[in-house]
Amino acid sequence: MSGMALRLRHLILLLPLFGAGGAAAGPDNYVDIARGKALTIAGDCVACHTAPRGQPFAGGLALQTPFGEIMAPNITADNTTGIGSWSADDFARAMQEGRRPDGSHLYPAFPYPYYTKVERGDLDAIYAYLRTLQPVENRVDRDTLPFPFNVRLLMKGWNALFFTSGAFKPDPARSAEFNRGAYLAEGLGHCGACHTPFNAFGASRNDKYLEGNQIDNWTAPNITDDPRVGLGKWSVEDIVQYLKTGQNGFSLASGPMKDVVENSTSKMPTSDLKAIAVYLKQRGAASAPTSTPLAAANPRMQAGEAIYVDTCAACHVRNGEGVAHLFPKLAGSAVAIQQDPATLIRIIIAGGRAAATDGFPTSPAMPSLGYRLTDSQVAAVVTYVRNSWGNAAAPVTEETVKARRARITGAAAGD
Amino acid sequence: MARRLPRRDVVIVGLGWTGSIVAYELARLGLDVVALERGPWRDTASDFNIGTAPDELRYAVRHDIFLRPKQETLTMRNNPSQTALPIRKWGSFLPGNGVGGAGLHWNGQTWRFLPDDFRIRSHMIERYGAGIMPEGNQIQDWPVSYDELEPHYDRFEQVAGISGKAGNIKGKIQPGGNPFEGARAREYPTPPLKQGYAQSLFTKAATDMGLHPFPRPSGNISAAYTNPYGCSMAPCTYCGFCEWFGCANYSKSSPQTCVLPALVREPSFEARTDCEVTKVNLSADGKMATGVTYVDASGEECEQLGDLVLVCAFSLFNVRLLLLSGIGKPYDPATGEGVVGRNYAYQTGSGASAFFEDAKFNPFAAAGSLGVALDDYNSDNFDHGPHGFVGGASITSAHTNGRPIRYHPVPPGTPAWGSAWKKAVKDTYQRVTYVGAQGSVMSYRNNYLDLDPTYKDPLGRPLMRMTFDYQPNEQKMANWMAERCQEIAKAMGANSTRLSRLGVPWSVVPYQTTHNTGGAVMGSDPNTSVLNRYLQSWDVPNVFVMGASAFPQNAGYNPTGTVGALTYWSLEAIFRYLKSPGALVPR
Repeated sequence: MSGMALRLRHLILLLPLFGAGGAAAGPDNYVDIARGKALTIAGDCVACHTAPRGQPFAGGLALQTPFGEIMAPNITADNTTGIGSWSADDFARAMQEGRRPDGSHLYPAFPYPYYTKVERGDLDAIYAYLRTLQPVENRVDRDTLPFPFNVRLLMKGWNALFFTSGAFKPDPARSAEFNRGAYLAEGLGHCGACHTPFNAFGASRNDKYLEGNQIDNWTAPNITDDPRVGLGKWSVEDIVQYLKTGQNGFSLASGPMKDVVENSTSKMPTSDLKAIAVYLKQRGAASAPTSTPLAAANPRMQAGEAIYVDTCAACHVRNGEGVAHLFPKLAGSAVAIQQDPATLIRIIIAGGRAAATDGFPTSPAMPSLGYRLTDSQVAAVVTYVRNSWGNAAAPVTEETVKARRARITGAAAGD
Repeated sequence: MARRLPRRDVVIVGLGWTGSIVAYELARLGLDVVALERGPWRDTASDFNIGTAPDELRYAVRHDIFLRPKQETLTMRNNPSQTALPIRKWGSFLPGNGVGGAGLHWNGQTWRFLPDDFRIRSHMIERYGAGIMPEGNQIQDWPVSYDELEPHYDRFEQVAGISGKAGNIKGKIQPGGNPFEGARAREYPTPPLKQGYAQSLFTKAATDMGLHPFPRPSGNISAAYTNPYGCSMAPCTYCGFCEWFGCANYSKSSPQTCVLPALVREPSFEARTDCEVTKVNLSADGKMATGVTYVDASGEECEQLGDLVLVCAFSLFNVRLLLLSGIGKPYDPATGEGVVGRNYAYQTGSGASAFFEDAKFNPFAAAGSLGVALDDYNSDNFDHGPHGFVGGASITSAHTNGRPIRYHPVPPGTPAWGSAWKKAVKDTYQRVTYVGAQGSVMSYRNNYLDLDPTYKDPLGRPLMRMTFDYQPNEQKMANWMAERCQEIAKAMGANSTRLSRLGVPWSVVPYQTTHNTGGAVMGSDPNTSVLNRYLQSWDVPNVFVMGASAFPQNAGYNPTGTVGALTYWSLEAIFRYLKSPGALVPR
């Protein structure tokens, strides 16, 4: 098929959608749609709005929250099950105020406290792009939360307490690049939604912004400029490389960040990634107090070392240095010494994979070892990794592992 | 009636080394590529957990990743006067099954054939006269030279990350490498593996004897490496679970580590697994392939239309598919006419065990292609005049494994079971090593492949019949090599040695090697070859056949390095074919 015929085929596919979409999307606003697509990628909308093996953007993924499951809705332009009947104003209101066209409240699992910072022009571009997608009929149950959280009106109080609406305000004292990074990270990128601790009401704690949180039994690490547990040792280029390729000399993206890199950051323009990196490097450092390392002679350390040598050292190497591009370095790893050891425990018990990108397509696997390591063995080896080769972090107990294993494997604690 | 599927630019049969390489190189041009693989999908992350991958019972004894005879088998006989019977349990060779093919379960020994190997007929006659050629031989020159293949050997080594030490860079002999090798453009991508105690004894003994030992080129790689496709590999941990296993450490060169991660990202590529191709379909005049017919996992028959059909199955099954599809004239040894099935060849194995009274070889600290080799007795690197045979062997000191179930060498005279056997196993494990010769097998009129007249597979298609035996030339060569191995073993300080001669007649029962070559050979003359020099079918120009089935005869090396080089050589021709379809060599 010739290139011309291909282009025509696309045009024919798109035309009826523009027709159905009405005012917002005409065939002459290609630039807006392309920009909207780039912004949709930057926001990683597809990550939450796509069910496993489902159609992109057609919803149906169950988001786990401390309050229960919330099903992400269908945001294709289907008139009955998606947002086909929404106007650009309706869309902007949802993004900026967390309200549906009928005025009812959305839950902040949809991170409108971040999206409120996105400029209206950008929202219109995203809206225009979403309307070019094939409408998919997929009805999603939007009322899965248990009482009392199923009362959406409660969100009115939550918003009064924790939500500040309003567009992003650049800091005139900072560079344009920093402000671009801040706009992306604090707005569409919603980095803080995972990397900032929640309060008891599930709202991001602004006093601990980007100091790390726990998501789906993974640790979303501290991404302030802290040299010990944050990005302090990373250069701007290191951050860009990580976001673009899923890895750098310090770390490989896995868990939820694997999806973020694969679906979003690896497809973003390098200039935007650099802006985010500049923002993260320049906005400051904060962390919990430093621990002192456990002595190597500590019995838990000795037990952990024996397990490490038997089970881990073949890949991560005896001195914790790992293997470039495949097996993460544990010595000096910020992920290993986060206050919350969830990622280490999870990845030993259930395994995991690193991001696959055009730069590094291999996506190496950490095998699951939960089948052959007991809770006390996992606790020992995690404690060893957290306190060896210059690492220092609080030891991990058998009970912590036991509780965590139950959540990871879905088994009841005490089994 | 088969379900007809929309046309694709390229249809690939088999997703091992050759299939995955051509799939990736063609898909990234934007061509629509579909690969049909008989076995299951396999990748490192899903299939080879470090905790369970080294399971000797599952993989080495129960053959978990190998073809089951009920899927496909062969009938076998030693010569045309016998009646062939089906192989009911794979023995002498073990065909792979599933994505990765033989490239998943191999040991990783990655050789370049020597320049003389490619013109062995001309060379031997020029140097020794026609009288040296063995009776009944059909030895023929390759239609491609070492120099033509060199950039493609290089490409394959770079993709596979091969560890080794060059012996000849652009004509300059390099200390520590193989001085007999053809000139290379550059060093290996990664340095050689660390060798064990046996290899240090071998190196010293061989050097003192005036021989030229060097580290064997290895697809169990020595250092972290990222290949030109962006795929990353990790250093080998010397665990000794290579041959017959998948590698969980990303250390063994395989389609899984070196190609598939990049291939699966190509939007115009599709793999269909558990799909057995039954036939390449031809146009009414038989001059063009229209696609293939296959049976999917549910048993449904499908017809996949395609412009270009690349036959990339294991060598034996490439030949059978050609025979079943009517591509090329079947070979008939009675008349000497026909080409498909002609020049089937194999490999010899012989050598000497070396028993020491006081040694600790630690055979478990091993890798599939760890070892020190020498080529002084390979190809025509030595004077064949006094010996009266053609061919040669690479001689190697190696420990590929010391696994608990199957590795228990014992001295001659030990009972086969009972307490005396147990004691001998215990006493011998650390104190024995082996010097082995892997030798060439020439092609002969009566060593060939055809369709069996009696036995059929579950789909009703005739099984392929293998008629093969080691001929006097190979016996003479391999047994002479065993004596060379014994000399070296004695010089290493062995207190006693045991000669392993070539077993004749060839038996299908004990495992020997899965280096089955020929049957769809490349050549310059359509009367003696199935493929032209670009691996393109002489008869059906939109069919290319990859793999060791193209070897006119086998050399004294493992075949995979040459299979890889031929694949890239052929790919370059396929790029030309795509611009201007048709026969690349006039018939």
